[in-house]
Amino acid sequence: MDLSFSAEDLAFQREVRSFIAENYPADIKARFDAGLEPRKEDFVRWQKILFEKGWVAPAWPKEYGGTGWTATQKYIFQEELGAANTPGIIPFGLSMVGPVIYTFATEEQKKRFLPGILSSDVWWCQGYSEPGSGSDLASLKTKAVRQGDKYIVNGSKTWTTMAQWADWIFCLVRTDSSVKQQEGISFLLFDMKSPGVTVRPIITMDGGHEVNECFFDNVEVPVENLIGQEGMGWTYAKFLLGHERSGIAAVARSKRGIAKLKQIANTEQSDGSPLIEDPDYRRKLAELEIDLTALEYTELRTLARESQGKGPGPESSILKIKGTEIQQAITELAVEAAGYYAFAYNRRAMDGANEPVVGPAATAFAAPSYFNMRKTSIYGGSNEIQKNIIAKMVLGL
Amino acid sequence: MDFNYSDEQKLLIDSVERFIQDDYDFDTRRAILKSEDGFRRDLWQKFGELGWLAVPFSEEDGGLGGTAVETMIIMECFGRGLVVEPYLSTVVLAGGLLRHGGTTGQKETVLPELMAGTLLAAVGYAEPTSRFNLADVSTTAEKAAGGYVLKGRKSVVLHGPMADKLIVSARTSGGRRDEAGITLFLVDAGAAGVSRQDYPTVDGLRASEIVLDGVSVGEGDVVGVVGEGFALLERVIDEATAAICAEAVGAMETLHKATLEYARTRVQFGQPIGRFQVIQHRLVDMYMAYEQAKSMAIMASLKLDAAPEERRRAVSAAKVQIGKSARFIGQQAVQLHGGMGMTDELNVGHYFKRLTMIETLFGNTDFHLKRYAA
Ligand SMILES: Cc1cc2nc3c(=O)[nH]c(=O)nc-3n(C[C@H](O)[C@H](O)[C@H](O)COP(=O)(O)OP(=O)(O)OC[C@H]3O[C@@H](n4cnc5c(N)ncnc54)[C@H](O)[C@@H]3O)c2cc1C
Ligand SMILES: Cc1cc2nc3c(=O)[nH]c(=O)nc-3n(C[C@H](O)[C@H](O)[C@H](O)COP(=O)(O)OP(=O)(O)OC[C@H]3O[C@@H](n4cnc5c(N)ncnc54)[C@H](O)[C@@H]3O)c2cc1C
Repeated sequence: MDLSFSAEDLAFQREVRSFIAENYPADIKARFDAGLEPRKEDFVRWQKILFEKGWVAPAWPKEYGGTGWTATQKYIFQEELGAANTPGIIPFGLSMVGPVIYTFATEEQKKRFLPGILSSDVWWCQGYSEPGSGSDLASLKTKAVRQGDKYIVNGSKTWTTMAQWADWIFCLVRTDSSVKQQEGISFLLFDMKSPGVTVRPIITMDGGHEVNECFFDNVEVPVENLIGQEGMGWTYAKFLLGHERSGIAAVARSKRGIAKLKQIANTEQSDGSPLIEDPDYRRKLAELEIDLTALEYTELRTLARESQGKGPGPESSILKIKGTEIQQAITELAVEAAGYYAFAYNRRAMDGANEPVVGPAATAFAAPSYFNMRKTSIYGGSNEIQKNIIAKMVLGL
Repeated sequence: MDFNYSDEQKLLIDSVERFIQDDYDFDTRRAILKSEDGFRRDLWQKFGELGWLAVPFSEEDGGLGGTAVETMIIMECFGRGLVVEPYLSTVVLAGGLLRHGGTTGQKETVLPELMAGTLLAAVGYAEPTSRFNLADVSTTAEKAAGGYVLKGRKSVVLHGPMADKLIVSARTSGGRRDEAGITLFLVDAGAAGVSRQDYPTVDGLRASEIVLDGVSVGEGDVVGVVGEGFALLERVIDEATAAICAEAVGAMETLHKATLEYARTRVQFGQPIGRFQVIQHRLVDMYMAYEQAKSMAIMASLKLDAAPEERRRAVSAAKVQIGKSARFIGQQAVQLHGGMGMTDELNVGHYFKRLTMIETLFGNTDFHLKRYAA
């Protein structure tokens, strides 16, 4: 057992660090450091920079555009991106539909779709959840009926993240209602500009627009957009959810979150001294950091198992649960640090309007961020569902 | 031992509850949040006509002579409806300071209009780096001919934008953070040298950063005793803390009921999610958190007239319990509503946001734990 980095690993770390230092655009960094609402072009620009370097898809097999890195190198890469506070890689193309395509799709489909995913020229969104089918995803009702060389899609999806920016959607649809519900689901890709697709915004309680409702009214989808076999969609969907969960620990981002909390606590005053000197606050910060360390080592153990060819198991649910709890706790402590200024609703500044915020800049968006982060224990399989998975798959209950 | 409300108190509950039901539904509130003023003057006048604005004032001052229990009743009902009108600032805070410390002249000029609903007021007790310490006052009041000149800045003055009168804390002597040497002043919101930056708050209220740049006030504008404003301010903030504890109890009740109802009706995996035992236990934990909070809100209200030491401990204990319960119930209500809980459209998020800010208001859980343990 040895967790220290080799000389090659350290050289790699230096390489990544200096690449980011030289190539991370200052204007994007400024917006992300300030905690502003992210913009589509920021994500795309940064992903293109990584793409041109050949680093945008470390998890992919080399033949499809992956990096061929070891587990340690992938870990180092994530750490460095997190520490530099770069925009997160948008998962829908690169972490979700991409792996489904290179694993289950035809050669023709791979040629057609993978390049746009790698280059970030095509923005994808995930059409899984429906109003009546959230945790119970397999009950989904959006219907695709085959007519000649087309499917006719009718129904609706909801909570579709960034669908307002999406060019394409990967969608779970029901192609057969006469069989067991899991066996009647298919995996379809289609253009969001297809006639019959309507996207309506859902505003979240923090005032942001990141999720949407999508309505499909007789949308015509060519049969060549079906992935794999009809009725096998559930298998692909679960494969994808496994990929969605890995990386959800967000250890590097949380480390950066805690570092930012410390900065805030160093400047916020409490009875004439910095808040960081308040024993209660210090203790909470310490507890959080210890929780994060435990998560980091749990993730490392998971990564090590994966690198020995044992794919992400149901244990990765631990990463989802603990990772999201820590992300949420960071925002709770930011609200506590902000004191009365947590009241100020600086929404327009958060959306990028050039106007001054009320109170210190470092905590200007503390409350909306806290409200927004409640989503993390709901999406990607709620934390209750993750516990059900552990109970059933790990503990055999 | 008697936890029952009197007949008069029951009438008060009925009337406030009826108002929330008939005149303050969620869409009405949403329209108010979007409006220019951020509150409804016609509703405020109605509060005046119904006598709610006169509740805590003595009959001698033209009020109804209500106790802390009546204030608790009103605030709890307001919590159920998430009422944003400036009751806390005008009646409980400013009204409280005048009630306990105002001169006859101040009471005569301000209270009749305040009770009629034609005068609104707000109190500036916090400063940019004072955090929750009421004694941390840098704003200065320098003696001048016939009065004082105020200089400084008051931050996050809730309901500041709509206030006609302000009461602010300023230092007439002593060092920053000394309890002695703080004086409270009644200031005209439109007085020369007062400037405001108004903004919305995350929980649907309005607040102001207020700069006092050489504001002249008279001797007669001192509320309470010169240099001894701290004890008065602390008492009234304790009363206001008990009031928001009651407001939180009302909000928690609505949130728990809504979540219970949702668990009964939201079907996943072929059954209402309320059939899953984890959900049942979560709802039980929320219910217990609510009951514990309610007990403490009552306890605090009943101790507001006790000796300062006892009052302080009671209020801080209640605020700690309410802070913990509010956070738990708020977070879990969102969680159990799934994606719906995250939306601006559903009322759940709005209750959660208000409860979050109540946890901060007048000192968060850490602050009151320390104050209790001190
Ligand atoms: C910000 C955000 C972004 C999202 N992005 C996307 C996206 O891009 N694409 C997409 O397809 N979906 C997306 N989702 C949807 C997300 O996956 C669902 O919200 C989630 O699966 C929960 O479903 P639901 O909201 O219908 O809640 P429900 O399933 O109705 O759950 C309600 C509550 O019941 C609990 N519960 C349900 N079943 C059980 C059980 N068996 N045992 C115990 N507890 C249970 C849940 O944990 C939850 O607390 C997003 C959601 C959010 C909030
Ligand atoms: C100190 C002590 C004093 C006691 N005094 C009395 C007494 O005066 N009178 C009396 O009648 N009994 C008494 N009991 C017995 C007590 O009521 C039982 O221990 C209790 O009912 C649990 O039953 P069990 O031990 O068979 O555990 P089990 O019923 O086998 O339960 C084992 C575990 O599973 C959990 N569990 C079981 N069913 C469920 C469910 N449906 N949902 C969720 N969790 C579940 C339990 O909480 C427990 O953690 C006492 C027990 C102790 C330890």
